[in-house]
Amino acid sequence: MAAAAFLARGSGAPRALAFGCLRRLHTVYQTAELPETHQMLRQTCRDFAEKELMPLAAQLDKEHRFPAEQVKKMGGLGLLAMDVPEEYKGAGLDYLAYSIAVEEISRGCASTGVIVSVNNSLYLGPILKFGSEEQKHKWIAPFTSGDKIGCFALSEPGNGSDAGAASTVARLDGDEWVLNGTKAWITNAWDASATVVFATTDKSLKHKGISAFLVPMPTAGLSLGKKEDKLGIRASSTANLIFEDCRIPKANLLGQLGMGFKIAMQTLDAGRIGIASQALGIAQAALDCAVDYAEKRTAFGSPITKLQAVQFKLADMAMALEGARLLTWRAAMLKDNGKPFTKEAAMAKLAASEAATAIAHQAIQILGGMGYVTDMPAERHYRDARITEIYEGTSEIQRLVIAGQLLKAYRS
Amino acid sequence: MAALRVLVGVKRVIDYAVKVRVAGGGVQTQGVKHSLNPFCEIALEEGVRLRERGAASDVIAVSVGTRVCQETLRTALAVGADRGVLLEVGEGAAVGPREAAAALAGLVGRLQPHLVLLGKQAIDDDCNQTGQLLAAMLDWPQGTFASRVELEEGAVRVEREVDGGLETLRLRLPAVLTADLRLNEPRYATLPNIMKAKKKPLEIIPASALGVPLPLPRLRVLKLEEPPARGGGQRVQGVPELLERLRSDGRV
Repeated sequence: MAAAAFLARGSGAPRALAFGCLRRLHTVYQTAELPETHQMLRQTCRDFAEKELMPLAAQLDKEHRFPAEQVKKMGGLGLLAMDVPEEYKGAGLDYLAYSIAVEEISRGCASTGVIVSVNNSLYLGPILKFGSEEQKHKWIAPFTSGDKIGCFALSEPGNGSDAGAASTVARLDGDEWVLNGTKAWITNAWDASATVVFATTDKSLKHKGISAFLVPMPTAGLSLGKKEDKLGIRASSTANLIFEDCRIPKANLLGQLGMGFKIAMQTLDAGRIGIASQALGIAQAALDCAVDYAEKRTAFGSPITKLQAVQFKLADMAMALEGARLLTWRAAMLKDNGKPFTKEAAMAKLAASEAATAIAHQAIQILGGMGYVTDMPAERHYRDARITEIYEGTSEIQRLVIAGQLLKAYRS
Repeated sequence: MAALRVLVGVKRVIDYAVKVRVAGGGVQTQGVKHSLNPFCEIALEEGVRLRERGAASDVIAVSVGTRVCQETLRTALAVGADRGVLLEVGEGAAVGPREAAAALAGLVGRLQPHLVLLGKQAIDDDCNQTGQLLAAMLDWPQGTFASRVELEEGAVRVEREVDGGLETLRLRLPAVLTADLRLNEPRYATLPNIMKAKKKPLEIIPASALGVPLPLPRLRVLKLEEPPARGGGQRVQGVPELLERLRSDGRV
């Protein structure tokens, strides 16, 4: 099979050897049988991630550089609007496909994974579900090809978990809404062309007085804060959105007045499947790295995979990953079948994010000193994994959601 | 220029990244990941590009094998072939280049394509024979190891990678071409195309029903074993010692 050695797409033998071994490990790692379409899609995403993202990920992280070219290519593949129907220029697939795609992309580069996830679940998601026909054509179709991406502005400096206390306000002035306030921690802020933003329209109604709006970017009255200097996912931009008498047409209200909190919560339910998938991808990359290294590193006369201490770590890592993956797929499949999936999505996000941090932690441990330096990707996976326990609902919030849903089920 | 009908052969092989193992006197294929032969991918990409340029009207993907080869054909449809044909053989049937070429020749008789595109070789057996045998069976011109393909009126200009460099041939159509590595860079199967592929026709025809008698197998595998494990390297002090060692090891 001499020909095989030269077949690494697009470049010479060394890259084939470097990534061929990681890929081989993953090929051997069998997962539950997926429908054929999903297997083909997983192959496409994996090939793309291995060829276009893995070689760049370390550099993108170091330079805090947005992967603009790769985002365009992913748009061409249909990855930025996966469950959007074809009439709005989407790929017309389901959430299981989306989960698989985000996992494979994140395995290549975690930052790229969150860029894809935010565009799909947090930006396109609510517009698809709550937008009018006109809004869908205007705010969805141009955001499917990779030319433009969107973002989601809910958190504020004063409230993250306490989403009902939104202090950003919107008042109606004739034919326009006027927005005032600051949104914090917004992923894709510096690269987005539009945002879904949540603002209080009637303070007396508390969380039932929050509404959702569509705001183009850039626009007068909207400025961006500095790009946050983050521990991980550095290739994606995170910044504040500052609204100062920002005027938008009346037609930019998304859904009904006062529906904002409901829109946000339902959107986050789906977004959790995306972040769970991102965490799975990071975890898988960390596990691949750990196994690859452990098979080569000799100590006490043999590769360290011979040592039970290492084997036990790998077993625990693999089990945590597989369990989280199955929870994620189940949540996705429930959503695809129109069944309630809030509890399962929260479980998936919680399990996957905690698995990712634990697996990345042990991967560094297995690599020893090599795990601590930038020569190996283990340290980047460790840094990238950490945020998955925080955004789109902290682990604490997930536990509250799960307990709430669980008790509700027992009490009914 | 009239649009052509293009037939592209695709073979299901063990994935290039898999470490092949020998078990029970044969290559272990059970439970092992398979995919579309990379050189067939290149041939398929060329066919799809011809259709996109308007030079081809119809790209038909064909595979000779057992039922499981349908998954390979569906991948070909997802990349851009218009329809697929599986020339089905029984389980355990030996399909080498001769058998594959004979079945393809039968299909060519039925479909009357103007151009047949194949990969130059399969990465499992590395035979590099099917294209050549097929051309001989059909009495068609052949352009093997193609690194550049240009269609002209009633003919095709092929640039071939040969030992001495690059050779350009002009072949009258219909012709058989086999694709080499540098012909093109195959595309990813995009998600919309993976969805569209589900609706494209995939026909299964028993290879024996083509009217071309399949030749009886003439090869028998006597022995199959893994290559010897790589020994460690050894350092030498300089060229004289290197030559001495090569001589004493019997290599020179």
